Amino acid sequence: MSIEIRQVEHVADLARLQLSREELERLSTQLSGILAYMEELNAIETAGVPGTASVVAGDVNVLREDEVRPSLSQAHALSNAPEAVDGLFQVPQIISDR
Amino acid sequence: MSLVKCTLKELQDRFTRGDVSAVEIVRAYFLRISVVESKVKAYITLNDKETLLSQAEALDEALGAWRKTEPMMAMPIAIKDNICTESLPTTCGSRILGGFTPPYSATVVDALRAQQCFFIGKTNLDEFGMGSSTEYSAFGPSRNPWKLSCVPGGSSGGSAAAVAADECVAALGTDTGGSIRQPAACCGVVGLKPTYGRVSRYGLIAFASSLDQIGSITKDVMDAALMLNVLAGHDPRDSTSADKPVPDFTRAFKKKDVKKLRIGVPLEFFAEGLDQEVYDAVGEALAVLEDLGGTIEEVSLPHTGVAVATYYIVATAEASSNLARYDGVKYGFRAKESPDLLEMYRSTRQEGFGPEVKRRIMLGTYALSSGYYDAYYAKAQAVRTLIRQDFDRVFQDVDLLVTPVMPTPAFQLGEKIEDPLQMYLSDLYTISASLAGIPAMALPCGLSRKGLPIGMQILGRPFEEDVVLRAARAYELATDWHKKRPLIR
Repeated sequence: MSIEIRQVEHVADLARLQLSREELERLSTQLSGILAYMEELNAIETAGVPGTASVVAGDVNVLREDEVRPSLSQAHALSNAPEAVDGLFQVPQIISDR
Repeated sequence: MSLVKCTLKELQDRFTRGDVSAVEIVRAYFLRISVVESKVKAYITLNDKETLLSQAEALDEALGAWRKTEPMMAMPIAIKDNICTESLPTTCGSRILGGFTPPYSATVVDALRAQQCFFIGKTNLDEFGMGSSTEYSAFGPSRNPWKLSCVPGGSSGGSAAAVAADECVAALGTDTGGSIRQPAACCGVVGLKPTYGRVSRYGLIAFASSLDQIGSITKDVMDAALMLNVLAGHDPRDSTSADKPVPDFTRAFKKKDVKKLRIGVPLEFFAEGLDQEVYDAVGEALAVLEDLGGTIEEVSLPHTGVAVATYYIVATAEASSNLARYDGVKYGFRAKESPDLLEMYRSTRQEGFGPEVKRRIMLGTYALSSGYYDAYYAKAQAVRTLIRQDFDRVFQDVDLLVTPVMPTPAFQLGEKIEDPLQMYLSDLYTISASLAGIPAMALPCGLSRKGLPIGMQILGRPFEEDVVLRAARAYELATDWHKKRPLIR
């Protein structure tokens, strides 16, 4: 299993990582090696075997009453924001002026 | 005996009797830290000594002669730095959480705080728990107190090193694929990963949510039971936490033997690649358990060989999703001067994450991406079922399993850092218990010729931590490996 730089670039784009050229090349080699190791899973017969997403018995949804409870204040929730303005998280402009 | 040498049980007893004050405890541990921390580097953040001293003074004054105490009162505890602590920075060993101080505490932190313990500091870890040596921490590696040129294991390497170096009396760790047990074995201390769901994950910063579990790193097995008594329990804020009764785990120690316990030895864990010294030490430990009345039998867990591959698909897939939240908007680090939002996401994550985290995000994103999902993620989930079924089957015949924790004693700093697959393979023996969600414990069972600790692992049925603890304690009382402490130099 080998994974080409073009594929690494596509995955990095999905993952929102701006990898350097050097990182892309290194990851292409490393991921190829790791994925080759993963191929041993293909030797295991899994037809008809249900997947395990969670080991919690029963795997049922946990529901609660929809009631108002105390929560973080707006100021507290914003206290870690890199940039905040007027009680909101601030980000670079996303809609053009034009 | 020096205060910092005490086990949690011994320190609790001395404090309850009034032989030692809270102020003396805080002073003794900060003195110890001032002597060894520059060598061991167990902590990312130390709590403020003066603040703790004034808390200790107030506590001593309030107690007066009455000494009505809670078990954890005045106990100096360290917290792995991926567990949220209100008012103490929480970094996950990552640049991307730079400047982050959680607005709330994890449920386990609240439980300890309710008993007025002292949080000494936040311990080092591989970034987001991804690693087996602490070398992937953005703050630099911790050192193994037994040999400073060796890794302390990981990812909870800071917690294990802090306990082994007497820089706290006990510590919280977290375990996704062995991150409590492997560093405990490297540092010659006791690590307990409880059953998935036994301990609330609320406030644990997620790596792989179906595998992550909080547990303890302690000086002996008695202390592990004392910690679990505080940590265990249902939490409405974690929908995966189990609504099961929590016993007093120290009651497991009423029996000082392992009579009537059937102990399985999975052949696949003693195959090629296992260091001879580790093999011999675990073999001797099995002989001790047999002397204590246990019956030993060989069993087979046929899918052990594919556990590492399964784990590194499941865990990285979950990680790639969990770590999508680090976007430079709500908390932590943000890259400077991005022209637009997408560019800000991309450069924030590029600059904020270290190489191993990026590697795992890439691997997980690939395994979940269109066209590869079935071949990797769905396949790994199916194999995970087979791994669980292996355990279900052997636990019909035996009560416990005994294995090594790692294939070798602690390795040298730098030895595996350039080869991610070799690093992953050091988790070989711990990973399957994580995939199956069963309780697993590491405890010391020997020293290598080079003077490095060797650990054995005891695995039990889901929610049977008491059976694991009973066997571990019986072994501990019959041997003295847990009493060996490193000379730090």
